[in-house]
Amino acid sequence: MRVVVQQEPFDFGAQADGFARGRQDSGAIVTFTGIVRDVDGGLQQMEIEHYAGMTEKALEAIANEAVTRWSLDDALVIHRHGVLKTGDMIMMVATAARHRKDAFEAAEFLMDFLKSRAPFWKREVTADNVGWVDARGEDEDALKRW
Amino acid sequence: MDVLYFAWVRERIGVPRETVDSSAVTVSDLVKELSAREERYAMAFSDLSALRVAVDQELSDFDATLDGVREIAFFPPMTGG
Repeated sequence: MRVVVQQEPFDFGAQADGFARGRQDSGAIVTFTGIVRDVDGGLQQMEIEHYAGMTEKALEAIANEAVTRWSLDDALVIHRHGVLKTGDMIMMVATAARHRKDAFEAAEFLMDFLKSRAPFWKREVTADNVGWVDARGEDEDALKRW
Repeated sequence: MDVLYFAWVRERIGVPRETVDSSAVTVSDLVKELSAREERYAMAFSDLSALRVAVDQELSDFDATLDGVREIAFFPPMTGG
């Protein structure tokens, strides 16, 4: 299991390939990547603040929980912070399991929890507005199904 | 103890972290103590339902006790992913 918190961009293809390659027992690899999308008014940049120290611990706890609950062979979480532009990759998760159902479910679980239980805060800058992104009620509700 | 603030809580209070000498027993007590100190704290802590708290880098709640705690952080609901 690997958790990475970094400012720099990551190479999604290389990360996914490195994660998948050489496995003998995992029949299924699922990857998800989150991209900065444009907003009304045109996004100039997105700034992601995080709580250094707690972020790594929280992500590791979430990833450990996923590995245990779905008997994963492996899990990878990469999450960026700092200044990002439209189209940039913010984060990715990858899961490796014997069968695809576990890999898909665990990836969704990871996404749901790192949206609202890992200490990141997004701020959007447009031409005429600067504002912190509000947490959405549906993201909190999403946790209940687990 | 060290008190940390993130996102708009940090902006309202005006500093990212500070060392606070306090005899507060719980997180709520600390919030009341800080709010009484200056208006900027009262502003930041005016609606606790909009805030989350971490005690020694673990998500916690406002009833948590501060005995032996080294680091406490206040922030809005998280928006990762």
